[in-house]
Order: sequence, then C-alpha cells, then structure tokens
Amino acid sequence: MPTVTIDGLEVEVEAGATVLQACEQAGKEIPQFCYHDRLNIAGNCRMCLVEMENSPKPIASCAMPVGDGMVVHTNTPQVRKAREGVMEFLLINHPLDCPICDQGGECDLQDQAMAYGMDRSRYRENKRAVTDKDLGPLVKTAMTRCIHCTRCIRFATEIAGVEELGAFGRGEHMEVGNYVERSLTSELSGNIVDLCPVGALTSKPYAFAARSWELDATETIDVHDAVGSNVRVDSRGRAVLRVLPRLHEDINEEWISDKTRFANDGLRRQRLDRPYLRRGGRLESTTWADAFAAIADRLKTTDGDHIAAIVGDMACAESMVALKDLMTALGSPHVDCRQDGAKLETGVRASYLFNTMIAGIEEADACLLIGTNPRREAALVNARLRKRYLAGGFRVLSVGPDLDLTFPVARLGGGPEALAALAEGSLPASAELGDAARPMLVLGQGALARPDGSAVLGAARRIAERCGMARDDWNGFNVLHTAAARVAGLDLGLVPGEGGRDVSGILEGAGDGDIEAVFLLGADEIDTDGLGDAFVVYLGHHGDAGASRADVVLPGAAYVEKDATWVNTEGRAQLGQRAVFPPGDAREDWAVIRALSEAAGHALPYDDLAAVRARLADVAPWFGAPDEIWPATWGTFGADGAMDPRPFASPVSDFYMTDAICRASETMAACSARILGNNDAWDGAGARDDGADG
Amino acid sequence: MLGDKDRIFTNLYGLEDWRLPGARARGDWDGTRALLDKGRDGIIREIKDSGLRGRGGAGFPAGLKWSFMPRESDGRPAYLVVNADEGEPGTCKDRDILRHDPHKLVEGCLVAGFAMGACAAYIYTRGEFHREIRHLQAAIDEAYEAGLIGRNACASGYDFDVHVHRGAGAYICGEEMALIESLEGKKGQPRLKPPFPAAVGVWGCPTTVNNVETIAVAPEILRRGSSWFAGLGRPNNTGTKIFCISGHVNEPCNVEEEMGIPMRELIEKHAGGVRGGWDNLLAVIPGGASVPVIPRSVCDTVLMDFDSLKDVKSGLGTAAVIVMDKSTDIVRAIARLSRFYMHESCGQCTPCREGTGWMSRVMDRLVEGRAEIAEIDLLEEVTYQVEGHTICALGDAAAWPVQGLIRHFRPELERRVVENTLSDDGAPAAA
Repeated sequence: MPTVTIDGLEVEVEAGATVLQACEQAGKEIPQFCYHDRLNIAGNCRMCLVEMENSPKPIASCAMPVGDGMVVHTNTPQVRKAREGVMEFLLINHPLDCPICDQGGECDLQDQAMAYGMDRSRYRENKRAVTDKDLGPLVKTAMTRCIHCTRCIRFATEIAGVEELGAFGRGEHMEVGNYVERSLTSELSGNIVDLCPVGALTSKPYAFAARSWELDATETIDVHDAVGSNVRVDSRGRAVLRVLPRLHEDINEEWISDKTRFANDGLRRQRLDRPYLRRGGRLESTTWADAFAAIADRLKTTDGDHIAAIVGDMACAESMVALKDLMTALGSPHVDCRQDGAKLETGVRASYLFNTMIAGIEEADACLLIGTNPRREAALVNARLRKRYLAGGFRVLSVGPDLDLTFPVARLGGGPEALAALAEGSLPASAELGDAARPMLVLGQGALARPDGSAVLGAARRIAERCGMARDDWNGFNVLHTAAARVAGLDLGLVPGEGGRDVSGILEGAGDGDIEAVFLLGADEIDTDGLGDAFVVYLGHHGDAGASRADVVLPGAAYVEKDATWVNTEGRAQLGQRAVFPPGDAREDWAVIRALSEAAGHALPYDDLAAVRARLADVAPWFGAPDEIWPATWGTFGADGAMDPRPFASPVSDFYMTDAICRASETMAACSARILGNNDAWDGAGARDDGADG
Repeated sequence: MLGDKDRIFTNLYGLEDWRLPGARARGDWDGTRALLDKGRDGIIREIKDSGLRGRGGAGFPAGLKWSFMPRESDGRPAYLVVNADEGEPGTCKDRDILRHDPHKLVEGCLVAGFAMGACAAYIYTRGEFHREIRHLQAAIDEAYEAGLIGRNACASGYDFDVHVHRGAGAYICGEEMALIESLEGKKGQPRLKPPFPAAVGVWGCPTTVNNVETIAVAPEILRRGSSWFAGLGRPNNTGTKIFCISGHVNEPCNVEEEMGIPMRELIEKHAGGVRGGWDNLLAVIPGGASVPVIPRSVCDTVLMDFDSLKDVKSGLGTAAVIVMDKSTDIVRAIARLSRFYMHESCGQCTPCREGTGWMSRVMDRLVEGRAEIAEIDLLEEVTYQVEGHTICALGDAAAWPVQGLIRHFRPELERRVVENTLSDDGAPAAA
C-alpha cells in the first residue's frame, strides 16, 4: 500500500485511491463540488486543488491517483489562493438569489463560499442568464444557478442508466439539459435533486414549501415497495413536506425511487380521519364507540368459520400480529396476506426471501429474471443489478416480458415453457447458469400470482438446485416482492390455516354468503365487488377501494405516522418511526385492533407497543433484531404440476400508481400522465397550486 | 540561414507534383523498408538523438513520447493519432504539408506508427481543410495501391492502416485529449490526465498524438541520420521548422528555416521585412495566438527557438509569427484574441469557462479605456487565477496573451483609461 505525506502527516492508503481520499483519510477536508464517491470522476469544478511536491501546477486531488512517496500540501497560501480563485469564478455568474432559492441552508456553494468566498464581487459585467429546462413533474430547474459540475449527467448516465441529460453548447454557453425537452423517464430521477450541489435542480413538489432549518427530521422506512429503503422524513407540524434518502449500504445506498420521494403529498389527501358507519347505504361519520359496537354486534352473531381477514400491502407487522391473534381468538382460519394471490408458502422461509440480499447482487456473476420487471417493481434492486452489470462479467437472462432494464438482458422466452426447459436443463442457458460461480435468479410476483404459481415456484426451485444456486455458501434463489407487508405477513403466518380460505376463496365465499364478515387491513388491491353482501370492516388510512366498499371504516395510521416494523424482501426487519401524528381520530393500527378485540370480547393480551413487539419476537425472533439478516435454510417447496403456457406479466404496470398513498398523490398522477402517458388517473391537477388540496 | 540541401519540405509552395511520382522524385518513400529495418528501438533512439521536439506547440521531445508506448501489447491494439486540426490563429503550416507534401505525412505515419507498435494511424484533420483532405486521401490511396501502407507495408511484413477523420470545427479539438474524445464521437472536451494517452487513449487503447509536422519530418531524419538534424539549430532546439509569418510584413509566407534563427533575420530575409521598415515594428506574437506578445525591443535580438523565447517570457508555440507594426491597436488586437478564447473554451472546467468570459469583457472595455486603473491589476490577477488551474492548456493559452499585453504595454492601457476618464469629465455639456 502506498504511503503519502499529507501536510506532514504520513498516511498509508489503498493502491488506486485518489489524493482526495488520502486527504480525507488524513482528516483533511477538501472542498469539492463535482466529485461524488459513487459517480465517475469528472475533475471539472477545480475546487479540490492541492499542492503536490514536484508538480509545477496545483493538482485536482479528486482525479489524481496516489503514488508512493507523494508529498501533498492542502493548506498552503498557494492552495488557498487557487481555491479562492475558483470560488470567485463560480460566483461571478451565479445569481445572488439565495433568499428565494430552495437550496438555501443546505447548499454546498453557500457553505463553501463561507470558507473561500470574498466579501464582495469584483465582477462588474452582466451576469449570465440561462433558460430553465422542463424536466417533468418532479425536478424543478433554475439553470442560471448551475455550476456545471455534471453530477446530474453522470448520475443519469451511470446509475439510472438513461442517457437523458447532457451538456450542450460550449464555454460560457454550456448548458445542462436534455436538448429535446421532455420529462425524465428514470424512476430514480429525484436523486439528481440531492446530487445537485446548488439550487439548479430542486424538488418541484416541494418548491417554496419550507426552509431546511424549519423541518423536523425523522428516520424511518419506506413502504411503497418491498425494498425497505431507509428514508428521512422531513415534517413541519403535522405535514410531511419531503422524503429524503438515508444511507444504508446494504439496501438503498444513498438513493431512493421517485415514488418513495415524491408520493408524500398523497399523505394529505383522501385521508380517513374519523370512523364511519354505513347507514342506509351511505357512510356516515361516527364515534369509535359506535363503530366498535356495530362490529361487536355483528361478530357476536357470526361464527368464526364465517369470518375472514385480508391484509393489504403496506400493513405493519404489529397490526398483522394483532389481527392474526384476533382471528385466532374468533376461531377463523380464513386469513390471507397475499392480496394478489401469489402462491407463496410459509413452510420454508428461504422460499419467499431475497436470499442473495440486495448488496449480494454485487457478488453474483449471472442472473435469471423470472416474470419480473425489477425496474418498476423495485427500482433500487434494478439499480443494483445495473451496478453489477457495469462492473463487468455479469450476464442477465430473462423469462418474462421484454423490457428495457437499463442493461442488456438475454430473453429466453416469455413464459413457463422456457422455465420448464430451464428446469429440465434442456436450454443452453441452463449450462450458462450452472457454469457461473455464483448464479442467482429473481422470481417476481408476476410469475407467482397466477393459478399455476405453485408449479412456477417449484420449477424455480428446481432451476436453483440444478444450477448451483442453493448451496451452503451461496443462496442465489430470490423472490422479489412488491408489497412491503408481505414478508412479515408470511413470517407471522397470515395465510389460511387448517381448512382456511385464501383471498380468492374468501371472495368466493363472500359472494356465496359463506363468509359473512370480512376484515380488510388496508386491503385495497382486491376485487371489492366480489365481497358480495358480506359485512366489511376496513382499517386503513386512505379512502380507497376498500373503504368505499366497507360497512365500518376504522381510521388507521399511514407509515410515517406510527412506530412500526416492516420486513423487506430480504427478510430484514426494520423499525419505522413516527414522524407526524395521524390525522383527526385516526389511531395506530395495532391499537385499533386491540381496542376492537376488547369490544368483541376477546381482549388481546398486550397493552402497549413493547408488549406487541415482545409478541412479535415470540413468533419470529428476527423481529426482535432489527436490521439483522437471519439465515434461512433451504427445503422443498412449490409444486410439480403443469404450468399454464400463458406468458408472465409484471404486476406493476404503472410505477407511479401502486398503492393507496400514490393513488391519492397529485404528483404521482402527474408523473403517470406525463411520463407514462396514463391520462385517466390525472385531471391536470398537478398543475394546480399545492394549497388547493382539501 | 538554411541551405537548400538541408530543406525537408521541398515542395512547401506546391510548385511541383504532390502526387506519388513527384514525392518519390523528391526522395519520399525512398528506402522506407530500410528505415523500418532499424527496428522499433533503432527508430526511437534515432529520433531521440536528433533532439526533435514536438512541432504542435508544447515542444515535448518526440522520441521520448514515442518511447512511452507499451513495449508488449496486453491484447489491446495501439494507435498513432496525427493532429491535423490546425486551428491556432496565425498558423498555416500543416495545411501546406497536407496539400503540397502529403506523402511526407503518410510515410511518417508508417515509420512513427511502426516505432510505437501502432496498428493504424488516425489523421484528425480540421474539417474546413476540404481540398487538403482530398489531397491527403489521394496520397493515402496511392500509397495503399503501391503497397507502401496497408497489409505488408513496404514489404516489411508489417500491417499498417491510415485513416482520415474530419473534425467539425472546434479549436479545443486540437488539444490531444479533446481530440481523442472527438475522434471517439463524443463532445470535444479534454479528458483528465493521468491516465496519459500512451496508457489509455483512443477507445481505451495506448495512443500517441503527434502534430503533422513532427510526423512528417521523421522519415527524413531517419534517412539522413540524427546527427544531421541535431547539427542544425542550437542544442535542445535542433533541426528545421516551418515558420508562418503573417501580419504587417511585405510578403507573408510559410518558410522552413533553421531553429534559432534571429527573429529579425527571419522576417527580413523571408517576409520582405516589416511594412515601413524594422523601426515601424510595434510588437510580435512569435508562436501563434496563445503565446505572450513581445515588444520591438525584445524582437531586435531574440532567437526563434523554444528556449530563447521562453527566456523572454513568451514561447515558440507553433512558430506562427504574427507581426504588428505601429499602426496596430495592440489592445484591440489582444482583446480579439481574448474573445476567441472565450468562444472556444469548451466550458468543462470552472476557471476557463468563467475566466475567459471575464477577461474578454474587461479587455473589450479596456480597448476604449472604459475602466479604472485598478482593473488592469484585477485583470492580471484573473489571468493568474485561470493559469495552471484548468484541465487542459486552453486556460493558460487564454491567460498568456493578456499577461503579455499588461507586461509590455501597461502604459498604453493606462493612457486609454486616463484619456477616457478625462473625456468624460472634461467633455462639454451635451449640445
């Protein structure tokens, strides 16, 4: 390892490191704008200049690889002068509009101008003005503020994998933009807002909403997909104003998807803020006591075998364990957390986890995608696959829809035929997977949520076993979930018990009149027309499909409004924290179920969150060990039966419209319309002021 | 003064046939096979011994540059790239080589490419050189047909291709790293060094970028021997060089001369002297737009080579001698250059993108004296804030002419400022 001397301090650094990294290792802070450790090096801002002995000119420390015996000075007058010069150049054409700039307070240029800026401008000429660009409903531009660091261009090209941004013009006339003005199509586009060191790219929905210092930051977990991205929720009073990524190297690194970031305006609309009771065909607001009384009356006259429960995609583990315990107490085996009808089993935990883990993708050398579109179902898993692809030596095969995943995919077929052939080993690709040192497969819900899902699961297991994916030292079998609640639901056994009905069975039973009462825990993505004449209780936070069909509506808390646990697709339990209180009379979901159980005469044995969590850890120990991965052992799962030749389809057709929060979000509706062209969800409301919402 | 026997570019003025028979008659392609038989090391040693320094402006020793190329291929091919994107204001030497002596370049490509283990040469030409490119392409076609290049070039067993690429008219694409980017089809913006092109160049392969003149003189050096070339000029500034003399001279011309010839002799012998006589000389930019201007007092004695001009804080550059007599508005002349650099800055890195515009605007005001005396110091400071802080040398090139102006003509700048201030103050009330 080379040794370099930095300001008289000798440090040993890894070979191939840059001088900037060595300086940081030596504890010297180097100012920078264009450098970002997850992007290629551009070296264009020239802020990180340092002096190197035997070099006549100062060097850009971000771009210079270390050499053994290098002597570097970071705080000489010459270095300081160079940086002050660069800072002056950056500022001469930068507008002095900090008071009306959304980046104010969290602006790299502001911060570094404090250290290297002059107290007045020596520039007497007119400042440059640059036309703003229309980058779509998410990213607002003020291109006059751009300092041409090209971080956004590099992010779009390298990480997001869409060549939609570039620099055109030269010299002073260089502009960053997309040339043909149209919305960015990447589902990761919001990250360029975080990357922009100045206020050139800011969040459009958050424009002029708040100052960074007015906000309360809460660290929590995202539930719009099953990735479990770590996020920071910034709120003021009762309003969630923005969602930002939080670093978690094993899950989301420092990126989040646009849905995670921008769906928060959905938290303010269509909310259930008081209990409702259906009287004479209409939902009328009522009190908690009346609502509970109505449910208790009904339950008393209904036998447990005629009661059922369906769990939605965003439910937390606490509410699910409470629901499961209540249903058990009522004597009902009809519980299901698989709204979409995915034929997942609970017997072998490895059969429903992303066993390789998201970070583990980087160790794989071949990947088979089965009936999944990771770009839409889990954008950050797709980003990780792309990262692995860019590192080289990674072959991706696919059985399923023909997709642009931002990296080349060899498509073997559209449906079960290719899958069966792979399982038998009769395709050349079987050998390709088998020869790989660490092959992996990703099984999507599109392949499982069909009547022959069990057979598909079995075929995937056989492929995994044939191709060496299920070894003691390597588990390449992965199920990619789309629902944040799903893994915890399976862990907690929210599947039909002995003689129980699954979702389609419950709907069928409700239609027949066999199922008389149905409890929906945030379940909106089912065919509510199929509920027939059943008495429906809906506990959730949005007035979506489930609530409009319900006979009793119990207002619950959305994910940012409760201390709760979710388990992501890897099987990693993570704790979310409450950022704001639920609106009106709404309460945390597990507490509602606990209160209901008492009214129904089956009081659950826990009175506070700690007791519910103790119960969770009792059922499955990993709930007591947040952020830890518990090894899942391999076993036999899935069926051997024949498969329907119908091709696989991804369950996510509209990335921006997958759950009740998104469907209530104007921003997501605008994205759906402008980026995907789905105009039916949008009435042009995105163009309205934010103040106009109800 | 250079004797005719020592001239390399014997058809510089296009008086004779530029095609293969004519070139052969002048000695090109004579015994090229024997030159290749010297082997890679032999050729590089010969070029090193000759003291040939790059003719594109920076003056880096050519033999040393060639020796940076990897000895053993790691599987990647190697390339020679010839920089024919001649855009330096005042310079027109490569253009004459391309149209009147293209075979010198083609032969040079083979010899130099062989010496560095390159499989092909890419000649990146300035797009505006329409007829020149046609000549060059015709010469390449002739050479292919005669078996001089291509498979088994000159019956040496070595395969070597030559391709012509047309640029699209950006000055920055003459910078070697921007040229490589442009050749790859990308926006012409200089890449960071390191890695140097000899390690990672065109399409990620080892590459050497040389000026047309550097490559074109190589075969002649090998034929006549390094000691012949080294015997011309002064130590460390050896050989002959094409000078492009333009501006206020009686007979502007390109001329091949010995390095180290006194500037006055160069101008008076070859360009018919300064318009109105030597005493009418105001200043000379001795090496193309990017080097600092020198006033007459320096011109009297300075020698035309790399080191002498460096000693007077200017440079040989491309040896484009721009002569300005006393009728010149020197401030306006330099302001025009500043505008050129503002226009041609690629915009990639901060000091050049922002600094060239700033310098140009202040210079524009100084032409009329619309400034304060203190702004002359400010301008000078800005030039030093740009110089040495950029990715490529364009920042330096933009700073130097202004520095030269302030160094030698500060009284003129101050006079204009004072006169402008007086005319403001003393002007009669508007009638």
